[in-house]
Amino acid sequence: MNPSGLSLSLVIGCSLGYISLLFLIAWWIDRRADRGLGLGANPYVYALSLAVYCTAWTFFGSVGRATTGGLSFLGVYLGPTLMAPLWYMLLRKMVLISKNQRITSIADFISARYGKSPTLAVLVTVIVVLGIVPYISIQLKAVAFGINTLTHFAERSPLPPSSIFVDAGFWVTVAMAVFTVIFGTRKLDPNERHEGLVAAVAFESIVKLLAFLAVGIFVTFGIYEGFNDLFSQALARPDTAALFTFEAAGVTPLAWNMLGFLSLLAIILLPRQFHISVVENTTPRHIPKAMWVFPLYLLLINIFVFPLALAGKMMFDGSVNPDTYVLSLPLSQGATWLALVAFIGGFSAATSMVVVEATALSIMFSNHIIVPMLIKTRRFGADKQLVDGATRLLDIRRISILFMLFLAYWYQKLVGSTYDLVSVGLISFTAVAQLAPSVIGGMYWKRATEQGALAGLIIGFAIWAYCLPLPSMAKAGLIPGDFVENGLFGIAFFKPYALFGLNGLDPITHAAFWSLLWNAWLYAIVSINTQPSTLNLTQADLFVNIHKYIGGQDSDILKREAKIIDLRALLNRFLGESRTINIFREYETGNNTSLENQKIAHADLVNFTETHLAGAIGAASARLVMDSVVKEEVITLEEVMRILEQTKEAVEHSRMMESKNAELKMLTLQLTSANEKLKTLDRLKADFISTITHELRTPVTSIKSLSKIILDFSNELNEERKQSYLKILVAESERISRLVNQVLDIEKIQSDSSQLRLEQVDLVALLEASVAGMSQLFAEREITLQYGENLKSLLNHPNSPIAIQADRDRLTQVLINLLSNALKFCDPTHGEVEINLEQQGRWAVISVRDNGAGIPAASQQLIFEKFTQLHSHELGKPQGTGLGLFITKSIVEQHGGLIQVSSEQGRGAVFTVKLPI
Amino acid sequence: MNLSTTAAKVLIVDDEPNIVMAVEFLLQREGYAIEKAYNGQQAMELAIQFLPDIIILDVMMPGLNGFEVAQHLRQNPQLEYTKIIFLTARGAEQDRETGYAKGAEAYVVKPFDNDALVMVVNEMLAFG
Repeated sequence: MNPSGLSLSLVIGCSLGYISLLFLIAWWIDRRADRGLGLGANPYVYALSLAVYCTAWTFFGSVGRATTGGLSFLGVYLGPTLMAPLWYMLLRKMVLISKNQRITSIADFISARYGKSPTLAVLVTVIVVLGIVPYISIQLKAVAFGINTLTHFAERSPLPPSSIFVDAGFWVTVAMAVFTVIFGTRKLDPNERHEGLVAAVAFESIVKLLAFLAVGIFVTFGIYEGFNDLFSQALARPDTAALFTFEAAGVTPLAWNMLGFLSLLAIILLPRQFHISVVENTTPRHIPKAMWVFPLYLLLINIFVFPLALAGKMMFDGSVNPDTYVLSLPLSQGATWLALVAFIGGFSAATSMVVVEATALSIMFSNHIIVPMLIKTRRFGADKQLVDGATRLLDIRRISILFMLFLAYWYQKLVGSTYDLVSVGLISFTAVAQLAPSVIGGMYWKRATEQGALAGLIIGFAIWAYCLPLPSMAKAGLIPGDFVENGLFGIAFFKPYALFGLNGLDPITHAAFWSLLWNAWLYAIVSINTQPSTLNLTQADLFVNIHKYIGGQDSDILKREAKIIDLRALLNRFLGESRTINIFREYETGNNTSLENQKIAHADLVNFTETHLAGAIGAASARLVMDSVVKEEVITLEEVMRILEQTKEAVEHSRMMESKNAELKMLTLQLTSANEKLKTLDRLKADFISTITHELRTPVTSIKSLSKIILDFSNELNEERKQSYLKILVAESERISRLVNQVLDIEKIQSDSSQLRLEQVDLVALLEASVAGMSQLFAEREITLQYGENLKSLLNHPNSPIAIQADRDRLTQVLINLLSNALKFCDPTHGEVEINLEQQGRWAVISVRDNGAGIPAASQQLIFEKFTQLHSHELGKPQGTGLGLFITKSIVEQHGGLIQVSSEQGRGAVFTVKLPI
Repeated sequence: MNLSTTAAKVLIVDDEPNIVMAVEFLLQREGYAIEKAYNGQQAMELAIQFLPDIIILDVMMPGLNGFEVAQHLRQNPQLEYTKIIFLTARGAEQDRETGYAKGAEAYVVKPFDNDALVMVVNEMLAFG
């Protein structure tokens, strides 16, 4: 092995070999995806591809930064780690919105939110391109650096290449451009999804992680004897020991927090992160997995950063550029193979970043700058005979990629050597952070307007440019540097590193603070003071309330019409004939209609076409070309507000109302029936009371009148008359007390119907006892009371009880009532009453028969009601209250039984009680 | 008895025999001729035969109730000068109004005062 380094051809060969491997993976996955076997369904591929966040800056630069800033480099990884839990809210919402609107880039996202504004799309694209190109350039620089380190390690300081043909950076750029062009623009995908590319990126994430871990383990456990050894040696030296604290490392906690905050925003706003996490996302269901896999990845790749920085500083003592420690540490130990592995790791970090970033930027650049320009100058689509629109779009995309990459190469040649890797990365982070108010505000604040977003972005971008890249360009000698020292126009208030007199902050924190403050402030103030356009309003509602729109009707409520033939021509121009046919077919099957004989396309087809077009050329451009064929009804702002209120929010409400309504209907029904019941109860109670009153007053009347007669006219009454009156008094008094008792009985039965004291009751014995109790009364009236045949035989076999669960006292009352009734109503001279008991299946049947006048059919149901008494015309009233049978019936029903009467006029009556056994 | 030709005639209608008995005793003492009915139907028949000067009428009776009986009798021109006194346990103001509306001249609530009832009948015959 040559200790001074590896041969250039070996390094270039390995790099090209590695790129070929990526080609192979991407090509293979793309082929599988075409057959529906892609890796889009794999959440781990998604999570790993998110690690495109870790660039060559991470790979080489973190170690470099750690040698001067100690643990401060961690802020860049803690930010995303803190953001990961928020993904479930923020990223999911972004994905849902983007799927709904076919959004293909962060510029598209912002433009779509603020009424598909072309101005915003251009502005965001400019900010992002200017902010990110330096970032791409440092990747190229890192790779070139790496190659130089490997090949010229012995010289200890890489020499600048003398011509473009021996400049490794140039060839790296070319290789990456080729790769990006092939896999970033292989076809015009309406969703801008590139499964092969994503798979390659995920693969690269694994490679860079393993490579970095390998170097870390080699240094920590190979050169040193583990973490303890390394750290204790480092703590023994004052320069490395200082790195363990913030203060000594020259980093303020404020700067550290700002770093974390910037990277927290970067993880969702960087074009490549947006592209991978939103545009390439196949389903929001992958997000929860990414929420823990990605932070875990960050943790693993950062474990050895600090140990490597300490080791490099101790071993080289400043003689080697710290950004190359990852390579130079193995090289210094003669482990050239490991250095090569490390280089491939860094190379893969760089390529994945460059490829995705370039793809994302080229989508923005072509969709928001080139295409609108061509549309406006009528150069596009008009010459449809010449080139298919789809091919043309792809060509534009390819040229954009080349443009971006060579812009980055040029930047690196020009100013790239002035700064270390991390500083340039942070300048990019700060640029991208300017999008935060517009993006995040736009997703949660409906009131935000296009003007607000424009104002915020412009001021934020201006401050950023003035405070960060301009001074660095001045340092590189590209522009006059006077303003850096003395402020613009010599005013100290405008010093780019101490704006408005704010001193003592590092340039990044300083610039981020002022730019974001002004950005957010103007965004809010201008939004509040401007009126949103109609389209802005509908889009705002869609972004903020995306959940209402998912699976619902199309978002666009504007009523637009177009001729189908025009739409077809338009799609043909941009997407090609076969895709156009597919899109129309998709619409036909989706909506279950045929467009064959239709001439006019209604709003939903117009929107459908526009979303598909937006997938190819971005929302703003799609809007622009659609305007050429679409006739739009003028809708006033008020109308839109009304429609929005009525339809969108009402959808939610009406669903709620419907269920509430049903509930109310139910309640009303229940109330009505309860009320009905109460009314009935009320009426019954009133009836009952008035009847009771009447029934009480009647005997009281007799008593009062007759007793007064006896008192007043005692001398006029003979003894017999007196006797008969007194008998009446006694009988009527008894009647009152009987009535009072029965009312109390009813009260008791009705109030505690559930409180039957159930016990095992033998009906045979119970009947026998009741009969015995009544026999005296029967005997007095000379009425025969006898047992039926079946009861007789039951009584003769004392071991055959008919037992039921019953309340003994209540059941006794039933029997006594029935027997008293029979006693009262049977034939007055030859009275005969028979009681019987038999078992019929699951029923015990008690019957009481008399030989009285019988009960007319019409009255047979009536007698069980309260206060119903049958009157004999001639004899007046029988003695009774009219409550007896009502009480009897109530008790029987409480026992789950039933009572019936059967009778014929003049032939007696039979009361039958059936009780369940 | 010459009473039958000169004495005023009273028809007592009540389904409670004891009450009929008491009222009969009280009015007989005053020298009136008495007829008794124990339900509404019977009362209608007797009223037409007997053409009483006064009918003492219970309300709550099986079959035709007192109000119905009064309504029917009032349509009979033969009974134009017959006075009707309700004697009933229903003491509510509303019932009293119904009673007068059906054509009664007096409304006495049970339990009644013997002397008061007799006085009402006497006055009605003297001044009516």
